[in-house]
Amino acid sequence: MPDALLSIEDLQVEFSTRDGLVRPLDGVTLEVGHGETLALLGESGSGKSVTAQAVMGLLPQPAGKIVGGRIRFDDQELTALPPQQVRALCGTRIGMIFQDPLSSLNPVFRVGDQVAEPLRRRLGLRRREANARALELLHRVGIPDVEHRMHHYPHQFSGGQRQRIMIAMALSLGPDLLIADEPTTALDVTVQAQIMNLLRDLQQERDMAILLITHDLGVVADVASRAVVLYAGRVAEQGRIRDVYDHSAHPYTEGLLASIPQQEEGGARLTPIAGAPPNPLAFPQGCRFHPRCPYAQERCRDELPELRRPVGWAPDQAASCHFTEEVLSRG
Amino acid sequence: MTTETAGVDREVTAAFDTVKRRSANAAGRRRIVTCLVIVACYVLVALFGPMLRKYDPVQTFTQDRLMPPGSTTSQGLALLGTDQVGQDILSQMMLGARVSITVGAGTLLLAGLIGVTVGLVAGYRGGWVDAALMRLADIQLSFPSILLAILIAAVVGPSVVNVIVVLAITNWVTFARVTRGQVLTVKNREYVDAARTLGAGHLHLALRTIFPSCVAPILVVATVELGHVILAEASLSFLGLGVPTDVPSWGSTIANGRDYLGDAWWISTLPGIALAALVLTCGLLGDAMRDRYDPKLRSL
Repeated sequence: MPDALLSIEDLQVEFSTRDGLVRPLDGVTLEVGHGETLALLGESGSGKSVTAQAVMGLLPQPAGKIVGGRIRFDDQELTALPPQQVRALCGTRIGMIFQDPLSSLNPVFRVGDQVAEPLRRRLGLRRREANARALELLHRVGIPDVEHRMHHYPHQFSGGQRQRIMIAMALSLGPDLLIADEPTTALDVTVQAQIMNLLRDLQQERDMAILLITHDLGVVADVASRAVVLYAGRVAEQGRIRDVYDHSAHPYTEGLLASIPQQEEGGARLTPIAGAPPNPLAFPQGCRFHPRCPYAQERCRDELPELRRPVGWAPDQAASCHFTEEVLSRG
Repeated sequence: MTTETAGVDREVTAAFDTVKRRSANAAGRRRIVTCLVIVACYVLVALFGPMLRKYDPVQTFTQDRLMPPGSTTSQGLALLGTDQVGQDILSQMMLGARVSITVGAGTLLLAGLIGVTVGLVAGYRGGWVDAALMRLADIQLSFPSILLAILIAAVVGPSVVNVIVVLAITNWVTFARVTRGQVLTVKNREYVDAARTLGAGHLHLALRTIFPSCVAPILVVATVELGHVILAEASLSFLGLGVPTDVPSWGSTIANGRDYLGDAWWISTLPGIALAALVLTCGLLGDAMRDRYDPKLRSL
């Protein structure tokens, strides 16, 4: 994609821990186009959040380090820029919302002031203008009775409302890209749907790209246009979300989809993926999924599969599996 | 039937809990207000008392020596008696309150400023800076603070400012530790990351995002420390290493009366009681504030 807004190429991140060097990202490549919603899927520890942290310059310091690959945002090489500039760029052009709305707002400030503060500091607005804009934003994300409520503290709001406030904050500077790191994990199901709808509406309104990080495949199906599935710090599969869902090209995606409860099969047992995600201190040799893979053969034990397009399928679907054609023809 | 009663029970328990919580809140507030009123009385006496009764530290009235509380002297009524050179105890105590409160407030400000800065820098920056600053604090702590104060006071000589500096040097560690601990717990909250994603710089993160969450525990520590500091000043003055001799302090008044305890108990006892009451009030105030503002008891 030549006009990608954010493109990550072969990104490698290392953490130094007490038990040795860990490489939670080992060659992740993905692209987010202008105004597009990309879902980044995977189970815990697959490297989803680390990807977001690497883009935003939020890797835990001094343990985390980008050791290879490139992150380009709108023709600027983020890995080559000094941290201050990355920070400034991120502040205005990339917004981020977090998993836990309970801890992502500062408990000691009123929410109106929290939303207004970046407007005053970054755009140099006066207090009155900034407050007016904050009010508008809070109203847009669906906080009722804003004039009154913006003077309240975060603990006086419900989880869903706090996430809405967080979204208002992230949108305050009009970002081109919004990174949403599991925005609905901590919320209950009805609120999840509301937040996802809000994100989708806002995206269409503002023509903003969204990188939606989640482990919940159900949540993203209606919102995202493309999906990237991560497994053990590498891309397992990527493609249009319908293609990925309807005919998975990687056994891992297939397993993930099989483990979602389906409404129509009431009472039926779920099919979990056998085994546990690998320990990042000791990723398996060869294909990292092979110990859990029903398709695994001798070759998978030794040879790390490259991300490639399955022969004879849609041009924008790709998987890193030696036997992707077989997976596709079975599914 | 059973479920119905269970429901009612639950409601009743809930109602009781609310009442209990409310009354606990009210009691907590009452404790804080009472303590604050007592401290305020001390401050008022320290501010205005010496204006009402003139006191000259070098003037003596030998005919009024060792008069018990309530006696009439050549200078008028000596409500709390006179000392061995005929000076009025009440006047001395009111001036002593001024010294104690000045030293207490000044020390807290200075120690707090140093301690909070060190704690904030150490906690926020982490790494070798943290290690260096905290080892410095450990070294400071391993010295018995009163001995250090005596050493410094003996070297730089007696004056109110010196006492404040000495006590600040021995007391900043508490502030540094509390601040650092709080910074460490707050530093990794998502709202700090959120502020960072919105482009906040280090100074802004430390002062505007993290520091406000540290204020409550620092205030609690400050209240408890106030009692300690006042006591430490009295101890230094008692040993003759505190404020100069022409400034009456509770500690020096107590020391003066030591030789007359047998026949003029009021010289040492009354300033002692005033001192004990103030220190106790500070301690209780600190306790009450901790109960109310402890971050562990607060829903964040």
